[in-house]
Amino acid sequence: MKVSESVLFDAPGPKARRNVLIVNIIGVILALALVYYLYAVMNEAGQLAPEKWVVFGKGSIWENYLLPGLLNTLKAAAVAIVTSMLFGFIFGIGRLSTNKVINWISSIVVEFFRAVPVLLMMIFLWIILARSGLVPPADSPFVAVVVGLTLYNGSVVAELIRSGVFGLPKGQREAGTAIGLTRGQSLRSIEIPQALIAMLPALIGQFVVILKDSALGYIINYNELLFNAKLIGTGNSNVLQAIVVAAVIFILINFALSKLAEVVSRRLSSRGISAAEPEDPAVPVMVADVNTKLPGGSTT
Amino acid sequence: MQGYLSLWDQYGEKMLSAFWGNLQLTFWAALASLVLGTILALMRISPVPSFRAFGTAYVNIFRNTPLTIIMAFGVLVLFGVFQVQFNSDFDLNFFQIAILGLSIYHAAFVCEAIRSGVNTVPLGQAEAARAIGLSFLPAAWLVILPQAFRGAIAPLGNVLIALIKNTTVAVAGSVTEISGVMKEMLEIRSDVGILIFFTIAVLFVIVVIPVGVLTTYLSKKLAVAR
Repeated sequence: MKVSESVLFDAPGPKARRNVLIVNIIGVILALALVYYLYAVMNEAGQLAPEKWVVFGKGSIWENYLLPGLLNTLKAAAVAIVTSMLFGFIFGIGRLSTNKVINWISSIVVEFFRAVPVLLMMIFLWIILARSGLVPPADSPFVAVVVGLTLYNGSVVAELIRSGVFGLPKGQREAGTAIGLTRGQSLRSIEIPQALIAMLPALIGQFVVILKDSALGYIINYNELLFNAKLIGTGNSNVLQAIVVAAVIFILINFALSKLAEVVSRRLSSRGISAAEPEDPAVPVMVADVNTKLPGGSTT
Repeated sequence: MQGYLSLWDQYGEKMLSAFWGNLQLTFWAALASLVLGTILALMRISPVPSFRAFGTAYVNIFRNTPLTIIMAFGVLVLFGVFQVQFNSDFDLNFFQIAILGLSIYHAAFVCEAIRSGVNTVPLGQAEAARAIGLSFLPAAWLVILPQAFRGAIAPLGNVLIALIKNTTVAVAGSVTEISGVMKEMLEIRSDVGILIFFTIAVLFVIVVIPVGVLTTYLSKKLAVAR
């Protein structure tokens, strides 16, 4: 049991056990009442009718809508993961640079793109790219999603790299200097490899953010999972069911990724590496001073 | 430049009032998700298994659902299928549905932020609370949570910043807000597109950066000295 779960109560005695049991039963009853209420509301609106659900057992729905949508979601997320890593590396190293100009430019870029909503970037790119003819209009939603995700998540990765390097013991850099490496050499061959391992859980958490934010493509007509789910819903007049199916697919993938991050984090700490401050998936760390660690450490 | 200035004449007021809408969404959703998130956090640290299970399930479900889906659900299902009417005013109804969606989504993150704050409270505090005879709720309310909140300011600030930015997603819930207005502006004036984008981006920077600086400052100032 984690500290957070045991901090508030002792091993209960007989009286406390009875009280907990009573409250527990009340809790279960409340939960069942909630489930029944949802059931009743949906039943009354005819949303539980089998014909609204059976379409998802048909191969053609999966073949023509859900799987292509999921594929597009994964495609955008996968490309964005690779490009954000690249972006993050370049600007993360830029922020660690001793060159004032490079440092400044990198800082401004990273702070700016972390403060601006991803959706604004996507809408801007979508319209401008299509109008300017830089990319074929049909591809502009995809490019806008990927570039929007890259600018934001790349900036977060840059911060992760920076805080990962700052979190290393000072001796690492001193050792590098002592054997005659330049600052850049020491960063590349000593500090960043170690920072990378420590930031692995946070990085996987960021992949969850990328996957979730790829659903913003729905707003700019990128035919990803939610977009296609809506098409199914309007075609078969089962919007509720289609959105629920899309949500379940997202939840399953993201839940698996979050669990993976937890496992990696535990693996690392058993090897004596304290994981870099893992971010809450989807909540970017926006602390001006990266040296202030979030109190309480891991929140996942 | 001339064209850009004329754009301000045409759209300046609309843009600012749309952004004001984003700030209002932020305010109400922050309030509601703080309350809901605190209740969820209490459930997750309570000794009652069914409450804990509910809290955990809630967090796992809503933290892993894209906000876009929740917003689309609000307008397509709550309004479209169930005809939910919080308000007889058409626009205000969508606005309130969007607040509901934002609150439900961010409450999961508030809950986790507070839980991380609870982790900063030393075991001795809970033991002392028990020693003077407080049971779970009084101990949580009088001893643990006040300290936990002070320890959770930095992560709560991060949630607030995410919320400010996420109010743009309300466009998927048919709310008149800044990203919808930006799209409209870009469509008629793509010649000054970059200026339009930067103008609106700067509005967010002006709000987000001070919130980040302030919460970082507060988290240091209010941290319980141990």
